[in-house]
Amino acid sequence: MDELKQSDKIILEAKNLEAWFGEFQAVKGINVQYFERTINAIIGPSGCGKSTYLRCLNRIHEEIEGASVKGEVLLEGKNIYSKGIDVVDVRKRIGMVFQKPNPFPSLSILDNVVIGLRLQGITKRSILMEVAESCLKKAALWEEVKDKLSSLGTSLSGGQQQRLCIARALAINPPVLLMDEPTSALDPIATAKIEELMNEIKLDYTVIIVTHNMQQAARISDYTSFFVYGKMIEHGLSSDIFTNPREKQTEDYISGRFG
Amino acid sequence: MKVTFNYRLVRSIKNQLFTFVIVLSAAVVLIPLLMIIQFVFREGASSLNLSFFTELPKPVGELGGGMLHAILGTTYIVLLGVLIAVPIGVTCGIYLSEFSKSKISKTLKVTVDLMSGIPSIVIGIFAYLMVVVPLKSFSALAGGVALSIIMLPIIIKTSEEILKLVPNHLREAGLALGLPRWKVIFFIILKGSIANLLTGIILAVSRAAGETAPLLFTAFGNMYLSFNIKEPMATLPVQIYTYAISPFKDWQRQAWAGAFVLMVLILSMNLFARYFLSRIKDKKGY
Amino acid sequence: MIKLNSKTQDAVLFYALRIISLLVIGLLLFIIFVLFKAAWPSITQNGVKFIFNQEWNPVENQFGALPFIFGTLITSLIAVLIAAPVSIFVALFISEYLPKNISHIISLLVEMVAAIPSIVFGLWGIFYLSPFVKNTLAPFLKLHFSFVPIFEGPSFGIGILTAALVLSIMIVPTISSVCRSVFELIPQHQKEASYALGSTKFEMIKMAVLSPSVSGITSAIVLGLGRALGETMAVTMLIGNSPIISKSIFAPAATMASVIANEYTDANSPLHVSSLCYLALILFLITFLSNIFAKNIVKNFSKIG
Repeated sequence: MDELKQSDKIILEAKNLEAWFGEFQAVKGINVQYFERTINAIIGPSGCGKSTYLRCLNRIHEEIEGASVKGEVLLEGKNIYSKGIDVVDVRKRIGMVFQKPNPFPSLSILDNVVIGLRLQGITKRSILMEVAESCLKKAALWEEVKDKLSSLGTSLSGGQQQRLCIARALAINPPVLLMDEPTSALDPIATAKIEELMNEIKLDYTVIIVTHNMQQAARISDYTSFFVYGKMIEHGLSSDIFTNPREKQTEDYISGRFG
Repeated sequence: MKVTFNYRLVRSIKNQLFTFVIVLSAAVVLIPLLMIIQFVFREGASSLNLSFFTELPKPVGELGGGMLHAILGTTYIVLLGVLIAVPIGVTCGIYLSEFSKSKISKTLKVTVDLMSGIPSIVIGIFAYLMVVVPLKSFSALAGGVALSIIMLPIIIKTSEEILKLVPNHLREAGLALGLPRWKVIFFIILKGSIANLLTGIILAVSRAAGETAPLLFTAFGNMYLSFNIKEPMATLPVQIYTYAISPFKDWQRQAWAGAFVLMVLILSMNLFARYFLSRIKDKKGY
Repeated sequence: MIKLNSKTQDAVLFYALRIISLLVIGLLLFIIFVLFKAAWPSITQNGVKFIFNQEWNPVENQFGALPFIFGTLITSLIAVLIAAPVSIFVALFISEYLPKNISHIISLLVEMVAAIPSIVFGLWGIFYLSPFVKNTLAPFLKLHFSFVPIFEGPSFGIGILTAALVLSIMIVPTISSVCRSVFELIPQHQKEASYALGSTKFEMIKMAVLSPSVSGITSAIVLGLGRALGETMAVTMLIGNSPIISKSIFAPAATMASVIANEYTDANSPLHVSSLCYLALILFLITFLSNIFAKNIVKNFSKIG
């Protein structure tokens, strides 16, 4: 059933992607394709390059001192790492939600959502309000904050702050949304709320989510990749990976024999 | 047996003696502080009257008059110093916190440390040579320049500290929204730290407002009210000094009044700024 | 509006920040240059002998720095001698003997001392400390320690001792706060290890707090010295301004800072002004060197330790 809603168009593709911290290679030769409007989970033991790989997809990794990337990442067919590409434009097309909820502390809820647009030069209040409402609804936060849009973003609970960050990322309308362990700092109820809204988001966006929680990956994702020590061991339909993995390492990890 | 018992006693006595010495030292430090505050309060508050704040000095020998011109002059010159030092200082603070690994950053840090150790009278001479000599007159401008050099290292240091407190994932969130680095710095990081930066500026102001030495031959002093930036101007510390070393009892009384006002102003600014700065560092808001 | 590549925008920002930072670095160098240039006439006239020449007579165009170098060094050294142990003890008091909430308040009080303007110290000095030294302290010292040569001579209240006393109060917060930050770095478990061996508090402090902090404490003291060397107003008001080197600590003297403060505006001849600038240069160099020294002590000791 789920397969019917998916598109067959490849929205994002990694080709021989490698990532380095100085001399240390954290990500080794990744080749994978992501289909439009799917949720793709990345699982694997901690510290094995999952987050680093994710951060290569929106070119945030290179902001770290001494970090470098090799290979290609094709967004809608174009390599985002080619010379002459403006990295800022790339990041407008790929959104990111971080592990720790991080609304900008001095801004109100409303300002937090629209800051991305406002700083791009879009200042018309009517447009901003429209986008804010629509994104907050998609993030399942609208009902809770519609009466206090001018209170500080940090006045919300952890789970609400994370949904605010999701709304903020969606506001610039990126076709791809990256999520780096978005629920690992949240309690089970807040986690459940975010997992719920993922199904709504899937209708319009492609999501790539790193998670250390296998059950979460099994619950929400269409495709799953398994990473160990910077290498992608296996990638496929979640239904296949979790019931009948091809690689022994994958099976060992899923059955809890290591990691 | 006897030997062990005595040795333990000796150690215990040494310990108690040490504790006594420690507490005594604390008293030795705090007592002068309390004495000075009490002294200034007693002599100064009793000499205060409304005319102190509203009148200009009377000619030598005549009783009465006030330090209105000096109070305004201090405000004027300190503000001038702030206008010069804040833009440069905050900019350097941004550079040090956002680009801390570069060679220039490291050199700047050393420069700031060394600059903060320059005796204020030497800074006064520099300002004299750079402003008073070309303009051929003492001036409020020279005073402002001198104070700005005194405030600069303080502002740079506190700005750097405050901006460094902003956690890195906030910067990444800004970058991830597709914003160029300069927008992240100005519209997200800086904008969020304005209250805190102001506190650092208040700390610098509290230091500059109390300085006498660098103003002695820059702003020099004036018995009349002046708002002219190119002319000498009275300031509270210099006026206090002039009156304090004079032989006139009435002037000495006014010096105490001035010292009281100056001290209250500076201590309250200082306490305010330090309190807020320590709160900021402890806060878990981030 | 020209749409610049974001990389260019960021590059513009980077260069703007860099230029302003370079300007500040340049300012420091410029200050040194300007001082040097102003002192040059006197440097060419007097040479390095300036430092050893005792005679300072503006009327006869004779300028020697020794009385002022002497005054500066002796007041600062006495001040540090008094202030160093007191500051260390106060720092220990705050970090080791007080509960957290009170220690915040007490340390704030100590920092308030640092905030009091120099002129207020000077005022208090003239009207309180000076009579105290003249009427109480000096007679006491002369009575009980008359055999010590530095206590000879009459005391008029104003002089080396009074100035040094005020200086010592003024530099305690400087030394104390650096010591305190050094002491607070000591991990709790090292102190506990000492207690576990059965040591008293005094012994624990000696073992676990003071001995690893020697370089930090030395650095703190040198910083306090630097502060004392440059202090102007309180010293000017209490030292008597007499360019004479004498044996007694009750005698009046003068420091580099005090003579500049007193004579700069009335200096008549160009050589006079230039000699004062020469003094300022020497003062600048002495404080400069002591600051660099203070920074390097910590570096060197942490390499060994």
